[in-house]
Amino acid sequence: MLNVSKIREDFPILKRLINGKPLVYLDNAATTQKPQAVIDALVDYYSNHNANIHRGIHTLAEEATAMYEKARERVAKFIGAKGAQEIIFVRNATEAINLVAYSWGRAFLKKGDEIILSESEHHSNLIPWQLVAKEKGVNLRFIPINAEGYLDLKEYKRLLSTKTKLVSIVHISNVLGTINPVAKIGKMAHEVGALFLIDGAQSVPRMPIKVEDLECDFLAVSAHKMLGPTGIGFLYGKKHLLEEMPPFMGGGDMIREVYLDHSLWNGLPYKFEAGTPNIADTIGLGAAVDYLEKLGMENIFKHEKMLTEYALSRLSELSYPSTPLGAGLRIYGPKTTENKTGVISFSIKGIHPHDVAQILDKEGIAIRSGFHCAMPLHQKLKIPATCRASFYIYNTKDEIDKLMEGILKAKKIFKI
Amino acid sequence: MDDIYRENILDHYKNPRNFGKLKNPTASFSLYNSACGDKIEIQLKMKNEKLKIIEDIRFSGEGCAISMASASMLTEKVMRKNIHEIKKLNTQDILDMLGITLTPTRLKCALLPLEVLQKAINS
Ligand SMILES: Cc1ncc(COP(=O)(O)O)c(C=O)c1O
Repeated sequence: MLNVSKIREDFPILKRLINGKPLVYLDNAATTQKPQAVIDALVDYYSNHNANIHRGIHTLAEEATAMYEKARERVAKFIGAKGAQEIIFVRNATEAINLVAYSWGRAFLKKGDEIILSESEHHSNLIPWQLVAKEKGVNLRFIPINAEGYLDLKEYKRLLSTKTKLVSIVHISNVLGTINPVAKIGKMAHEVGALFLIDGAQSVPRMPIKVEDLECDFLAVSAHKMLGPTGIGFLYGKKHLLEEMPPFMGGGDMIREVYLDHSLWNGLPYKFEAGTPNIADTIGLGAAVDYLEKLGMENIFKHEKMLTEYALSRLSELSYPSTPLGAGLRIYGPKTTENKTGVISFSIKGIHPHDVAQILDKEGIAIRSGFHCAMPLHQKLKIPATCRASFYIYNTKDEIDKLMEGILKAKKIFKI
Repeated sequence: MDDIYRENILDHYKNPRNFGKLKNPTASFSLYNSACGDKIEIQLKMKNEKLKIIEDIRFSGEGCAISMASASMLTEKVMRKNIHEIKKLNTQDILDMLGITLTPTRLKCALLPLEVLQKAINS
């Protein structure tokens, strides 16, 4: 189990008062807060080691290069990659998916090929494929979701064929918190010879992930959702696939030999890292990975499950007419934590999510309201904008009680 | 901020004035704010082709208390007004009408109905 009160001391922002109240930060699916260790890593890099990497032979350049590459090794180990070469640093999960779409997609997709996505994808795992599909004459197919947000695997099986070249699926939905059975989905993709990409933006921060166990060819992750800085993320790709793929961007660092009319590409992972990378934030990501590993991903997963379960039970006090507090609250997605974690979306009859969020903000409670970058999912489930509470390592049951009080306050203001 | 959910705002939210659709509108426009899901449609009936006076107006859609109250109050405000006056309405007029102060994000909610109305007039 996590020692939450000790963890909370590591996060300077948790000492802040918002509108005179202690911050209750429940918008972790959007981005997480940063521990002092990550902030220190950034300050230390800029204060003591700042230099451009892979070029200079002076001391600072050597130090900065070693720190940057050390972060890559940490990330590789964290997700169980075979080697650091399989980790490409990018800005965020969005860029990681775009890298695959533009590099692999443009090189290997042909007219009539098919890509399978699901109806619950974040826009970042939809729009890049729409763009490539249009350019290459490729067809997109979608695994339907049911009312609980579960993927219809029977239909998935039907959609798979030799035309399927890629299956790209979100691991944990950022709207419903549903945990998708990615290992099974990946296995089925591989059986027809398709590649499998996992959008790990929400799962890598909150559960143990070993790419080998998940039948995954590509994995897209953002550092800022797992205690790291913004502006850095990574793509994991199997080495032989990355080797076959052409560069994504051209420039310095990604070439081996350059002539006026042609060039030879650098090896992995540098082929995909054109120009001076985000050195400081990559080192910050390394520190975040260290922090998470010290806590243990298994413990983090258990802690969030416990919070999610508690929040589901508290919120359902407002879900049924027979409960003392009255009805009006609706929870979307799974109602148990069997296949759900970290994220709960809900709505309250008669109060728009914006208004709920505003009233909660006055109590110092930060939640998200809106469509959460997944409009097709909202349309399919016929859900309007929702309120979303999402948890992380520093949240407590006490904070969920405060959320409940805030919701009751909103109901009072709106007289419902 | 303290009292953005004032009695009159909540009243307009819960009992929106001029809510619904017109039979034969002369002009209509709708906008969708994809970030928050607010959707507002405004329909107008113009009287007197030359003076262009709004004879009737309806709004429909869904949104937060601020955008709905703003739409409801706006329809009352512009009823039987000349469209040249309506074209001149600005942010401050809407804030004065609502009688509250708003953060930049919520200001967007408050201004959506005016944007829809002005686009309807120009359409
Ligand atoms: C499931 C999922 N995929 C992808 C993303 C995109 O992450 P980023 O905006 O950091 O690229 C997010 C972020 O909200 C997400 O929740």
